[in-house]
Amino acid sequence: MSLQTNKNRAAPPTGTVLVIGSETTNILIDKRSGLVALAVCAVALTLVVLALLWGDFPIAVREVIDVVLGGGEGLVRTVVLEWRLPRALAALLFGAALAVSGALFQTITRNPLASPDIMGLANGSYTGMILALIFLGGSWSTLVAGSLIGGIAAAAVIYILALRDGLQGFRFIIVGIGVSAILASVNTWLLLRVELEVALFASAWGAGTLNTITAATLVPAGLAIAVLFCLLPMVLAPLRQMSLGDDAAASTGAAIKPARLAAIAIAIGLVSAVTSVAGPISFIALSAPQIARRLARSTEIPLLATGATGGVLLLASDLIAQHVIPLSLPVGVVTVVFGGVYLVLLLIREARRTM
Amino acid sequence: MSANPTGPAPLRGENITLSYEKRQIAENLSLEIADGSFTAIIGPNACGKSTLLRALTGLLSPVAGQVILEGKDIASLAPRQIAQRLGLLPQTATAPEGITVAELVARGRYVHQRLLRQWSSEDRKAVDEALRLTNATDLADRRVEHLSGGQRQRVWIAMVLAQETPLILLDEPTTYLDIAHQMDVLDLLHELNMAGRTIVAVLHDLNHAARYASHIIAMRAGEVIAAGAPSEVITGPIVSQVFGLDTEVMADPVTGNPMVIPHDRRVRTST
Repeated sequence: MSLQTNKNRAAPPTGTVLVIGSETTNILIDKRSGLVALAVCAVALTLVVLALLWGDFPIAVREVIDVVLGGGEGLVRTVVLEWRLPRALAALLFGAALAVSGALFQTITRNPLASPDIMGLANGSYTGMILALIFLGGSWSTLVAGSLIGGIAAAAVIYILALRDGLQGFRFIIVGIGVSAILASVNTWLLLRVELEVALFASAWGAGTLNTITAATLVPAGLAIAVLFCLLPMVLAPLRQMSLGDDAAASTGAAIKPARLAAIAIAIGLVSAVTSVAGPISFIALSAPQIARRLARSTEIPLLATGATGGVLLLASDLIAQHVIPLSLPVGVVTVVFGGVYLVLLLIREARRTM
Repeated sequence: MSANPTGPAPLRGENITLSYEKRQIAENLSLEIADGSFTAIIGPNACGKSTLLRALTGLLSPVAGQVILEGKDIASLAPRQIAQRLGLLPQTATAPEGITVAELVARGRYVHQRLLRQWSSEDRKAVDEALRLTNATDLADRRVEHLSGGQRQRVWIAMVLAQETPLILLDEPTTYLDIAHQMDVLDLLHELNMAGRTIVAVLHDLNHAARYASHIIAMRAGEVIAAGAPSEVITGPIVSQVFGLDTEVMADPVTGNPMVIPHDRRVRTST
């Protein structure tokens, strides 16, 4: 039966693309991007298993399988289900959210250097969090609210300052970098003024960490990210069309202004959801989309592969932060080092190309 | 030369005033694109031709006046509704890195696709037909960045054709091409026009406009100076008024249409 429908169905635009579904209901998937996404997901799954096994409290593979199947001893269950699993899932989900957010920023600005962390959203969230900590006390909900409002406020300021040229182009990025630098110094100034205890707490959060993740903090952020992911298909087609240039995209029927605004809103929502719980984790958003694009050798940034890559990067960074380095570091420190290496490689590549 | 104009003008501008930010490009401009015509828009650099094309396709909203597409104010139509009636090849179109010809042409099908219906037999047929008409079937699997200028322009036109609109507007489709490829593109536009599509093209070469177009709109500094058949528009006085250049206009020995021979400064000073 499937062979028959295949024969009747239209051949895809090119051999590298697969039509999935029937003649009337279908989607197109780039073969290589799809395979890359699957392969990276397999790596992610392996890392999750590793994350469940690895730690000061030794747990065997068989014990993990028991726990997953609903059995196992009390303490083993606690370690696996309440300590290690939420943290591993958080790393995957947050990494994916940051990466997709970066992909949206880079697609809209048509610039691989654009990402929410470089453009001040993370620093804005941090400012909001410190202010909430100083003035409203340290409950989780006020901190989350403070960092959400801070991130959105930073985005609003950048938007207003860059409005003249719209959301595309260099001005948006440069204004973002400027706002980011200003906010970074505001944050330092605030930390110097508060009591030592408060400053230490804020600094730990400010480096970006998954140390404080529990099921209770993961669920609301995870739900927000899931809802935002569900909105993505609405903006994907117009964003893809925009790579032809704004006029060409609009004249083929793409509503580019609403799509661009919606995409920016989704990107800000994703990065805010992560930052409000885990603090500003940098470089995942910047690097994952480009790594995925190179792996998939695709024209546009492949979103599925990008999300998977982001998850793998953050989970791997968190495992290194927890277990490889003798001190338990915030994961943000590891991603910064990784990001530095990524930037150096990028610069070497660019230098080679121009030479 | 061209298919006979029939029916009311599918596209017209009524007293439109156009501006970018605060700079006014055109004021109180009116024009009609006749049904079935091959209309050429001519005029000096920066006279507002491209801006007019953007307004006629709904990409730029006039500050005053209306653009009427098939009887409706274009400002009241959604991008999808506009894209079902007219296609545009802007000068700013860029091919995404690594894209193949077939993929690029398929991008012209956007308006016919839906979230959960991303590819259909009609899409396949339209892309194949567009490639055939532009003589680009053999290029289908090549990367756009590896094509020559002439091939690339044919492929872009194929993308607009795949959109399957009765009206096609093109911004300087022959610029940067050598003379053989310029004629190639103009012949293609002529064939499409004969097959029933209304063509509007911004052209720089007056002789091309005079030879291929059924209608010419001559603009200067945001104003329509003259509009009509080539024999009415391509005359010494009008060309002089539009471009500030003295010319001889004579009959083209190949077609009998008007042909422009510009005077240069040496001729002007010696006469």
